[in-house]
Amino acid sequence: MAEIRNYTFNFGPQHPAAHGVLRLVLEVDGETIVRADPHIGLLHRATEKLAESKPYNHSIGYMDRLDYVSMMCNEHGYVLAIEKLLGLTPPPRAQYIRVMFDEITRVLNHLLWLGAHALDIGAMTVFLYCFREREELMDCYEAVSGARMHATYYRPGGVYRDLPEKMPQYKTSKWHSEKEVARLNANRQGSLLDFIWDFTERFPMRVDEYETLLTDNRIWKQRTVGIGAVTAERAMQLGFTGPMLRGSGVEWDLRKKQPYAVYDQLDFEIPIGVHGDCYDRYLVRVEEMRQSNKIIRQCVEWLRKNPGPVMADNKKVVPPTRMAMKEDMEALIHHFKLFTEGYCVPAGEAYTTIEHPKGEYGVYLVSDGANKPYRLKIRAASYPHLAAIGEMVKGHMIADLVAVISSIDIVFGEIDR
Amino acid sequence: MANIETLATHLREHLAETITSSQIALGELTIEIPREKLREVCLLLRDDPALRFELLVDVSGVDYLEYGISEWVTAKATGSGFSRASDTSESLRVIPWDKPRFAVVYHFLSVTHNHRLRLRVFVEGEPPMVQTVTDLWPSADWYERETFDLFGIIFDGHPDLRRLLTDYGFIGHPFRKDFPLSGNVEMRYDATEKRVIYEPVSIEPRILEPKVIRTGGYFEEIKPSVDNIK
Repeated sequence: MAEIRNYTFNFGPQHPAAHGVLRLVLEVDGETIVRADPHIGLLHRATEKLAESKPYNHSIGYMDRLDYVSMMCNEHGYVLAIEKLLGLTPPPRAQYIRVMFDEITRVLNHLLWLGAHALDIGAMTVFLYCFREREELMDCYEAVSGARMHATYYRPGGVYRDLPEKMPQYKTSKWHSEKEVARLNANRQGSLLDFIWDFTERFPMRVDEYETLLTDNRIWKQRTVGIGAVTAERAMQLGFTGPMLRGSGVEWDLRKKQPYAVYDQLDFEIPIGVHGDCYDRYLVRVEEMRQSNKIIRQCVEWLRKNPGPVMADNKKVVPPTRMAMKEDMEALIHHFKLFTEGYCVPAGEAYTTIEHPKGEYGVYLVSDGANKPYRLKIRAASYPHLAAIGEMVKGHMIADLVAVISSIDIVFGEIDR
Repeated sequence: MANIETLATHLREHLAETITSSQIALGELTIEIPREKLREVCLLLRDDPALRFELLVDVSGVDYLEYGISEWVTAKATGSGFSRASDTSESLRVIPWDKPRFAVVYHFLSVTHNHRLRLRVFVEGEPPMVQTVTDLWPSADWYERETFDLFGIIFDGHPDLRRLLTDYGFIGHPFRKDFPLSGNVEMRYDATEKRVIYEPVSIEPRILEPKVIRTGGYFEEIKPSVDNIK
């Protein structure tokens, strides 16, 4: 009889289902995984060290590039930490804008996750559907910040500028006829808020579409039910947060439990799972998209009724307007100091958290009173989730590994930092 | 959120002998303990029904080598670049520092009681060493590996203390303050040798914005309510 022994091989670093550059060293017995050892750091850019060498505001752009599918949420965590140390509170309108864009970001993130998850498991259509909706939300990003992804929109003290009164429109070109452009511009006639409102009107129906394709789909259930199950107790031991923890049945959401910005004034619910498997995590995230839609609508309604400043009135942190600089000596001096030296943050330390689409995103900021952070530690939401993958896939098939990787929703920009 | 004062009082009652410093600043409770007591304290934090810190949220290393040192010499700067006007020697120290160079900072979260705690352990020696908590919270595994990789802090008893984020065969601990921002070596493909080679970095580190510490400034100082027990 032939001698049979386990086989060790590499999954990645370049693999279509690895969601980035993940190298997994797998030991398999036939098709059953005995051991999975993730090797990460292929996208390590030392963001935290880079931030130590720059004034505070320069690093906001780096935050976008951490989890590059939920850009504004990363910014939110970082600016909250600075604001906490400075003792600065942004005006309510800025906080509503932040919450609205946090939720738009959550929808963006979950759409990409759902599309990629379904694609990994073999459903092509969902991916195309999800990207159709993502496109409109990307347009919201672009309208407000000028960039489709790396927005750098949140600033200590508020947001960079107020929401635009006019939504950018398509123009005729050799690819788009006049008739087609008129169709594309149909929901872009009003302001950005009108555009977002129009989106939220349609979005629940879109989620229904995804659910028709997946929720009761026989193949989908065969591939996800009972795969990568984690009990509630174990999930906490492993440091899970966000949808991963909620999927295991723990009712824990920082938006409810430790509210920041204006979440305590909004009405929404927290979905939780029961079994903690891939299917429950899928259900939790789909329901979260519906809840986010609800939050976005409440924010739009509030923002329509309440115009006002979007930046704190603090000359030592917030740069002056162009107009003020041309007329006012003080404003010119402030501008010069802010853009050459930045602002000095009082010595101390702060740990701020936000409910990131992937879990708890924390920023631990140590300041020694200088114009640069002394130490910036980013608590990436999906980092402990990936750390637990060895345990989650043990005893499963190689094909199930793919389902588990995509169900934990990892992005390497954030894990490797 | 549960009352942070109650939590502080409870900790003080149970750990009066151990805690070297506890303070509340910006609504966050920080305690410092000697490193020998780490496991004992952690066990209490996890299992005491009034504390129940089920989640170890984060472990982070901090290198206090340049803490409180300003590097900006205004007089010398005239007519020269920022790099020449910067000085990181002791002479520009604004904030005095008499504690060890390295610290490991743990952030805990209790889902049951909805409170958080920051625990700081100063570690001395070279290499600095502290005991592991991986058996108490499995989530500590990667956090400790990362801290070892980036700061060179050894976690005694960790089952698998390998480098995590840096390259295979990397030398040094990049997040230490004396490690240059641009690193020591760079990598390129050598066409003649037909392999990837490492060589010393060709870029010179330069200062874009000098570090300036301004005390007594515009913003209110953060005044923690310190209650040192000893």
